[in-house]
Amino acid sequence: MLEKALVGSKKYWAWLAFLGFLAASGVYYYLQQFNYGLGLTGLSRDVSWGLYIGQFTFLVGVAASAVMLVIPYYLHDYKKFGKIVILGEFLAISAVTMCILFIFVDMGQPMRIMNVVLHPTLNSVMFWDSVVLSGYLFLNLMIGWVTLGSDRKGVPPPKWIKPFIYLSVPWAVSIHTVTAFLYAGLPGRHFWLSAIMAARFLASAFAGGPALLIILALIVRKVTKFDPGKEPIQALGKIVTYAMAANVFFLGLEFFTAFYSNIPGHMHSFVYLYAGLDGHTEMVPMMWTSSVFAIVSLGMLLVPSIRKNEGTLALACGMLFVSLWIDKGFGLIIGGFVPNMMEQVRPYWPTRQESIITLGVWAIGLLILSMLYKIAVTVREETKGVEIEH
Amino acid sequence: MSMDRRKFLKLAGISSILGIGATAVAKPQNPLFTGLTKGVDTNKEALTAEHWAMVVDMTKFKTEEEIQKVVTACHKNHNVPDFGNIKDEIKWIWKEPYGRAFPSQENPYMSEHVKEMPFLVLCNHCEKPACVRVCPTQATFKRKQDGIVMMDMHRCIGCRFCMAACPYGARSFNYRDPRQAPNLKAELPNREYPTRTKGVVEKCTFCTERLAVGKIPACVEAAPKGGLIFGDLADKNSEVRKIVEARYTIRRKPEVGTGPSVYYLIGGNEHA
Repeated sequence: MLEKALVGSKKYWAWLAFLGFLAASGVYYYLQQFNYGLGLTGLSRDVSWGLYIGQFTFLVGVAASAVMLVIPYYLHDYKKFGKIVILGEFLAISAVTMCILFIFVDMGQPMRIMNVVLHPTLNSVMFWDSVVLSGYLFLNLMIGWVTLGSDRKGVPPPKWIKPFIYLSVPWAVSIHTVTAFLYAGLPGRHFWLSAIMAARFLASAFAGGPALLIILALIVRKVTKFDPGKEPIQALGKIVTYAMAANVFFLGLEFFTAFYSNIPGHMHSFVYLYAGLDGHTEMVPMMWTSSVFAIVSLGMLLVPSIRKNEGTLALACGMLFVSLWIDKGFGLIIGGFVPNMMEQVRPYWPTRQESIITLGVWAIGLLILSMLYKIAVTVREETKGVEIEH
Repeated sequence: MSMDRRKFLKLAGISSILGIGATAVAKPQNPLFTGLTKGVDTNKEALTAEHWAMVVDMTKFKTEEEIQKVVTACHKNHNVPDFGNIKDEIKWIWKEPYGRAFPSQENPYMSEHVKEMPFLVLCNHCEKPACVRVCPTQATFKRKQDGIVMMDMHRCIGCRFCMAACPYGARSFNYRDPRQAPNLKAELPNREYPTRTKGVVEKCTFCTERLAVGKIPACVEAAPKGGLIFGDLADKNSEVRKIVEARYTIRRKPEVGTGPSVYYLIGGNEHA
């Protein structure tokens, strides 16, 4: 089926070329970073993780969100998702690939990456994260490929794939739980040391991922002959609404515990992020943008008439996605490091090179996504969206 | 040894072809290997302990210069790069005011003397180190024989998970090639200690390289008499143990359960 990614209109190739250019710029600056060291980034001994690890964390959520299609379709026999479940699985493949790339560009000694396998360390959450992420990538590659291959031939997928599909459900939950454990088990980082962290991660993932999927499905309908259908998009809209409500609630819980307990260490990071601390206010505009977007998008989604209109639904999903991207892809990481272990504010801001490398990784992810979607859409166009019993 | 490198390699090649290499390795008494096994033996003068620990007695430091001397001694001894900016900063031992060394243990009425005294802070060589727990490659590990938390600079992948985990901010990362630092570029302050490569984490090692040859840590040597006391906390007769038993000492962030091996005697001013 790969050949279908290599045949396309001029517009398709122009889009790939554009992404290729962005990816190449990222690679160019990555080579500079490779030679000079991570000193090319805004990171320091006080804020030792930044934009890269933030993107990694955010994208693990996007990857995990495929499960929001798999559960209704395979466990509840919600047939309407039949057409778009593949879009979720392929989105997961692209997102996990980006996760791996973000980890790679963040490493001080990338050539030693195999040390994680050569010296497996069971007490390290990072070891488990690499295990669950590669497993999830493998599962989605296999499931996506096998089911789409069957669709193309007009036959139901083989029975042996079912156990893997069921396995992918808890596996998706595991990738985001383990990623939350990277943070939630560290003594002395008050901002992260919270039992609600994994739950909040999952809630934000199940809001942000499907929101992106709605936007992607609308784009697919616009640029191809394949229509993912109105109903599945509406069903996704409801999932986004519930998940976002849970996410906003969980964030509220964090605020309550920090400020009602009045424990300085628990409040400092929140104060730094939302109001500024010791005269440092660089994060405040972004965090408030995130908060306002979160509230407004949730408000929009809660009103049925707004949610049912695809134009306003797309707008709400876009705002929601940006809100979560700021909150999880940036604020969450920086808040854990500022103030530092000596309760000192040492701010961080990504450098130009770091931002271009980040953009480059996103471009690679989008390139993979575009090609995978091209394959899926072509197969769908050929079979004219014939419903096949899975 | 009466054998040069070329002959050794020849013999090693032939013996491995014949399959006797393994036996030779298994028998250290083989004359070929005596020279090698000797190097593994511990030095008779080496300082050993079951649990190395340090007491920082702040009352013994009278001037800021005395404290700076300690920092400089350590950083010179270990070729710690100095790029002159906070972003790329690397430090093994440094000064922090009371409020930063012991956050949340301040009160508004405490003596100016204590408040402004620069406290020496360093890796605490914890009993239950969080950095060791999180390291995905065991590049940072706790030595079984003496409790020192060590770094393997050749295994570290530079993921910096340990830096996120350390509650004391004791770890630094080589964001750039340390050999390019202005203070190391022309000549190394200590030619006997290796420089690191970019992309790895480093920190205080309680001077394992000096202990191995019978020397006390560089910071202890540079401190005024009794300022830094280094010894075996597991030994009832050691000076550190006696101080910790007899006097009121505090540790940094004891509530996080890491069990720091660095203890502080605060002291006040002359009235205390």
